[in-house]
Amino acid sequence: MMETRGTTEAELIARILAGQTELFHELIRPYERMVYMTVFSVVKNEAEAEDGAQEAMISAYRHLASFRGDAKFSTWLVTIAINEGRKRLRKAKNAAEESIDEPTEGQEGEFTPALLTDWREIPSEALERKELREALRTAVAELPGIYRQVFTLRDLEELNVEETARALGIQPGAVKVRLHRARMMLQKRLVPFLKAAAPSRGRWFGRAL
Amino acid sequence: MKLECKHVWEHISEYIDQTVDAKLREEIEKHLEHCEICSAVLDSTRNILVLTADGRTFELPVGYSERLHERLEEELKKKK
Repeated sequence: MMETRGTTEAELIARILAGQTELFHELIRPYERMVYMTVFSVVKNEAEAEDGAQEAMISAYRHLASFRGDAKFSTWLVTIAINEGRKRLRKAKNAAEESIDEPTEGQEGEFTPALLTDWREIPSEALERKELREALRTAVAELPGIYRQVFTLRDLEELNVEETARALGIQPGAVKVRLHRARMMLQKRLVPFLKAAAPSRGRWFGRAL
Repeated sequence: MKLECKHVWEHISEYIDQTVDAKLREEIEKHLEHCEICSAVLDSTRNILVLTADGRTFELPVGYSERLHERLEEELKKKK
């Protein structure tokens, strides 16, 4: 909308609170994807995630006056989304199946990478393959919840360590450990797919991130 | 000091995130120069992150945004 171009988030929030409630659409537009992916990382179900994302946004609207501005608005929203997801997970029948509490430490071997003794070049075309994306989606869905949530916030939504820690209510150190483990578990799962996609010998320098 | 592969793996995430200190970074890079196994671990992990950041990997349900804003509109109309 023309009239809101260049308006800062803080200004938008002030105007919404002053009664221009329509501006809330504008305020949350950059975060639609983030909120959905965050709820999905907890509930792992599309319909639940969509419903949860809507509820989280409505909750954010209702509680907007309590947003303090000491955190970023995005972090505040993600925290609401996490809580909405957890609430739904608790309600769900299979709540017992996946603990949202502190992790039970696994065997160290689970978190070591898969080794490729016959590593070959992965052409960028290989990364274009649908099957690879599908395999990654499945592998992420199958991660234990505590790892999936950290991975989603850090590597998918690109929150920093502090923001992720805050949203999940855990220590920054735990974010780092869980992210590392999540990445190693995914690497292990995806290596067969990456290998199958590699035709010729040579060293591939990964795109710098 | 010569780094062992296992030691490199332990720090691979921090290395990717560029949060290792300069000394360790140098040691890891020295190790990577001659270790194909660790280079492969690094590359494959990076590939996964590239794929993750690709918007086509994790997609929103079709019509999600429209439904969200419709629902919000109902809420915004409710009260002032």
